[in-house]
Amino acid sequence: MTTGKTMTLKLHVWRQAGPNAPGKMTDYVANNVNEHMSFLEMLDVVNEELTKTGEEPIAFDHDCREGICGACSMVINGIPHGGHKGVTACQLHMRHFQDGQDIYIEPWRAKAFPVIRDLVTNRSAFDRIIASGGYVSVNTGGAPDANALPIPKKDADQAFDAAACIGCGACVAACKNASAMLFVAAKVSHLSHTPQGKVEAGDRARTMIAQMDAEGFGTCSNYSQCEAVCPKEISVKVIADLNREYIKSSLLK
Amino acid sequence: MKLDARCPSGPIEQRWSNHKMDMKLVNPANKRKFKIIIVGTGLAGGSAAATLSELGYQVDAFCFQDSPRRAHSIAAQGGINAAKNYQNDGDSVQRLFYDTVKGGDFRARESNVWRLAEVSANIIDQCVAQGVPFAREYGGHLANRSFGGAQVSRTFYARGQTGQQLLIGAYQALERQVQAGGVKMHTRHEMLELVVIDGHARGIVTRDLVTGKIESWAADAVVLASGGYGNVFYLSTNAKGCNVTATYRAFKKGAGFANPCYTQIHPTCIPVSGDYQSKLTLMSESLRNDGRVWVPTQQGDTRAPSQIPDSERDYYLERKYPSYGNLAPRDIASRAAKQVCDEGRGVGPGGRGVYLDFGDAIKRLGAKVISERYGNLFDMYTTITGEDPYSAPMRIYPAVHYTMGGLWVDYNLMSTIPGLHVVGEANFSDHGANRLGASALMQGLADGYFILPYTIGHYLATAKQPKVTTDHPEFKKAAEDVRARTTRFLAIGGKRTVADFHRTLGALLWEKCGMGRTEKGLKELLQEIPVLREEFWKNVNVPGSDASLNMALENAGRVADFLEFGELMVRDALDRAESCGGHFREEFQTPDGEAQRNDAEYCHASVWEYQGEGATPVRHKEPLNFEFVELQTRSYK
Ligand SMILES: Cc1cc2nc3c(=O)[nH]c(=O)nc-3n(C[C@H](O)[C@H](O)[C@H](O)COP(=O)(O)OP(=O)(O)OC[C@H]3O[C@@H](n4cnc5c(N)ncnc54)[C@H](O)[C@@H]3O)c2cc1C
Ligand code: FES
Repeated sequence: MTTGKTMTLKLHVWRQAGPNAPGKMTDYVANNVNEHMSFLEMLDVVNEELTKTGEEPIAFDHDCREGICGACSMVINGIPHGGHKGVTACQLHMRHFQDGQDIYIEPWRAKAFPVIRDLVTNRSAFDRIIASGGYVSVNTGGAPDANALPIPKKDADQAFDAAACIGCGACVAACKNASAMLFVAAKVSHLSHTPQGKVEAGDRARTMIAQMDAEGFGTCSNYSQCEAVCPKEISVKVIADLNREYIKSSLLK
Repeated sequence: MKLDARCPSGPIEQRWSNHKMDMKLVNPANKRKFKIIIVGTGLAGGSAAATLSELGYQVDAFCFQDSPRRAHSIAAQGGINAAKNYQNDGDSVQRLFYDTVKGGDFRARESNVWRLAEVSANIIDQCVAQGVPFAREYGGHLANRSFGGAQVSRTFYARGQTGQQLLIGAYQALERQVQAGGVKMHTRHEMLELVVIDGHARGIVTRDLVTGKIESWAADAVVLASGGYGNVFYLSTNAKGCNVTATYRAFKKGAGFANPCYTQIHPTCIPVSGDYQSKLTLMSESLRNDGRVWVPTQQGDTRAPSQIPDSERDYYLERKYPSYGNLAPRDIASRAAKQVCDEGRGVGPGGRGVYLDFGDAIKRLGAKVISERYGNLFDMYTTITGEDPYSAPMRIYPAVHYTMGGLWVDYNLMSTIPGLHVVGEANFSDHGANRLGASALMQGLADGYFILPYTIGHYLATAKQPKVTTDHPEFKKAAEDVRARTTRFLAIGGKRTVADFHRTLGALLWEKCGMGRTEKGLKELLQEIPVLREEFWKNVNVPGSDASLNMALENAGRVADFLEFGELMVRDALDRAESCGGHFREEFQTPDGEAQRNDAEYCHASVWEYQGEGATPVRHKEPLNFEFVELQTRSYK
């Protein structure tokens, strides 16, 4: 019962057999691409064809396919996630492409995100940045009643806006310095807008920045490319929150 | 197989506190001498890993994604229930308990459900303390919304991303423990075998999904928090990686599998658009707070929805269930949708869809309010379908969503294998035959933060097992089994892809073991599934090698397990000759088409025991006693 237009696309995909193997762009033709398919469904179809001819399918990270887990991560025609506002690669639909179009598909490129295979990179540096301080130091048990401490709606909303980060790494992939500033700042901003997270805000800013540097991410030069590609549309204003906490805590030290 | 649920007796409201008092404790200084393996770091496993490490245990945690933050829990949209009664609308632990037992169509264990309701309030407190940004009112207090199957407003939410925010809270607590050294996190590791020594669960075998290395891990106890098996149907709202492997491997090592046929079909999902479809997308149940569900009264009415006057629309949920209306529970709302589509009144391509219409709500409240409440869901709908729900109703259809069945556990969340504990969607305990919306997040976090940390201590304090290492022959054998299986997949070199087999299995199950099940259809499946499985082992094509990242190989393992598990699910559905909750046997319905339970014969949990390759598993029963809620026909009219 498939409905909708179909098209043929010319794909150019980064293939790399392993972390230390050389990689190169390889050409494929994607036939019978339905306009209602998601970008990843289009790749599924290509992969099934490849498998049938005995070639190894293109490896890419994905899981939820709803734009929330942050697994999918590919640069499409030069832009992380393909450049549709607020949309991850898994939510990008083929109706935005034209019959016969060339599509270039590459992995995130950043020193701190080494390629594992094809379009799959290692983003565990993000976990280590969170481990360095991206939390409230509270153990399970003994929390006061949730309504004991009212939080102004405005603060809660701002906390949420920053907390919407899905940790996909598009911000890093878009930045010419491969900086993780938006990612770090989103966490610092989220927690510093809650009274529970405010207590450690300064230390958090410093330890997370130190870890970011240690992981080999670059510095921020305020180009705001990160904001433009962020699928959750996190604003670079969070970086001001980070800077404020960082400076305050450095002055107090 | 002995099924001792170990439920405490006495007044239900005192059972959990009495039980906590009766359980043995591990001395604080001794906790660090115990190692606990946790497979899965979603809400259930992530919260358990963090809490157990805080208590001083050594934790080895595993997930197959590249980060614990990506577990399927991240996708939960609508909210989490808790008996806080912040709205002063008459909620209480007792009411949440009652709603959950009734919502589960009287197929859950009362003691467990009470405990769940009792600890629910602590979850919200804990999450707020972690900085989870729940929705708030202008006065700064927490906001609530309503979910299906309840007449009070007890659902806490964070826009349409509640699961994300709760998981990030648990993930941050987990990473804090990674930093503190109490948790060793092993990402991109898939558990492929459970190791049982002298009758106790003592470890697992994993495959490193990046290097292909097969490794063994020994511990004093093992926790499975590996989520649900909805993907056995291929198309579901679950993330692509969700699978049954961890629990099915444990089943094959002797853990009882309870009620595999209890699967939840969610009424509001975006309909299938084509054969290439890889998954289905949920439109949160919260939408039914303001959206009205309808189809045309006339069969085959192809007019645009705006051209159909009110008098020619059938708001069938409001008509059939006036007291719950559009917030009728999931099983009921799904069946009602199927019914009107079967009558030829469905809308959209293929006639498999119903409208979810916000027209009235937008008129009443304005588009701005609606966008504040559901903006991200509306955007998601537009992204996927290319249609605008502000100007025309959404089209929705039921889809597989959640699995109430899972490994059988006692009151301590321990399976029939001593030492093997099971938490979250992977176990069977609290939702009976139908889970109410916003109760899975509650259960996962209740298990992980507030129940398992106590009960596993009791096991460790009393089991008194000698330490084992991975040099034990059982580890060697399990690792050898994993290696042999992997080699076998790669050697087949057949013609069909893994996904192709998975799709075929899913289509069979959806047709005959989905929303409506019959003896005839189920018996056919018991013939068809083994044939498909046999073909799989002869004709599947798994390219590549086992020494690197190979997603086809990962999927082959998962689908191979689904091909066996699917049969178990069908067997259970056939065995349960009654309708209850999500399990609808067409032979057993009331004159007006509602599920007809048979309490005289089926008021039990069915627990299946593996009997070896090719042998029919044996069904055991855990009788369910209802002392506090009277067994009655569930009505939402
Ligand atoms: C779209 C959607 C929306 C939902 N919305 C809601 C809602 O609003 N409210 C609500 O209460 N519930 C909701 N649910 C249900 C709820 O999200 C899930 O039941 C719950 O999150 C499951 O949590 P879990 O921790 O048990 O498992 P999961 O979050 O699925 O985690 C499973 C973990 O196990 C790991 N794992 C699995 N197998 C292996 C293996 N073999 N080896 C190693 N690791 C393994 C995974 O890596 C992962 O870490 C929703 C579900 C869906 C599909
Ligand atoms: S697959 Fe989860 S965000 Fe794309």
